[in-house]
Amino acid sequence: MSVPGDDCGEAIHRLYHFLDGELTEDRRVEIQRHLDDCGPCLEAFDFEAELRITIAHKCREEVPESLRLRVAAAIHHEMQLSAGPGGPAPAGPGLDGGPQTGS
Amino acid sequence: MADQATFVEQAMEHMPSLYAAALRMTRNPADAEDLVQETYLKAYRAFGSYQEGTNLKAWLYKILTNTFINSYRAKKRRPEMSDVEDVEDLYLFRRLGGLEAAQAGRSAEEEVLDLFTDDQVKAALESLPEQFRMAVLLADVEGFSYKEIADIMEVPIGTVMSRLHRGRRALQKALVEYGRERGLVG
Repeated sequence: MSVPGDDCGEAIHRLYHFLDGELTEDRRVEIQRHLDDCGPCLEAFDFEAELRITIAHKCREEVPESLRLRVAAAIHHEMQLSAGPGGPAPAGPGLDGGPQTGS
Repeated sequence: MADQATFVEQAMEHMPSLYAAALRMTRNPADAEDLVQETYLKAYRAFGSYQEGTNLKAWLYKILTNTFINSYRAKKRRPEMSDVEDVEDLYLFRRLGGLEAAQAGRSAEEEVLDLFTDDQVKAALESLPEQFRMAVLLADVEGFSYKEIADIMEVPIGTVMSRLHRGRRALQKALVEYGRERGLVG
């Protein structure tokens, strides 16, 4: 806590552990105190925090409706298989034209 | 032990983030869809072993990651991080600094970063070698803790930290390259 340059180096070194919430409480408080006093470090921390939000935001994807339906159908099919008595149940009513082996 | 009957209501809400992660992993929409479907089927079958009350999203990610590694990962050798030139801390910040100074107001960083398109950010992330890409994806996009990432990727926490450290720097380097193409970065 004596030479300013040392504190800056320490803060930048721990920047990501700080943003990741992976520091001990003592270290977190120590760095927070430095940021309260040091404009340049605060600016760098803000930038990195904002970058992370930007990355998460810009990597979002819309799930295609066809995928939702596919997954729902696959799970439904799986449920019927496990609910069926003994052997596997048919893939779905009328799908394969085979005999229905319902309970 | 979780009841399979509650699987759908509990697990389906995680599909958008699982699908986004699958896209970043496979870099291909058709494979991403297959990967998500396989993940849900495996998760449904194994749901009895899921401990109710623990982190369901992390559990689903572990299945997604394992399935990707075992079935979808291209067999050919991918570039390792040692092939990528390392850069210093705050690489992007230092290069956008001048631009930022030119902008006034509290949301200056936000405005500068908004100049990158969604496709550029996705491409930058997808350009990272796989192990580093997954670590950055799990931490920065999904917000998992180091411990959760270690569990999902089945590696020690120290490995997670070093992959994150290098992966984030490589991501910044890739973003600087896109910025240069668009004349944002000197």
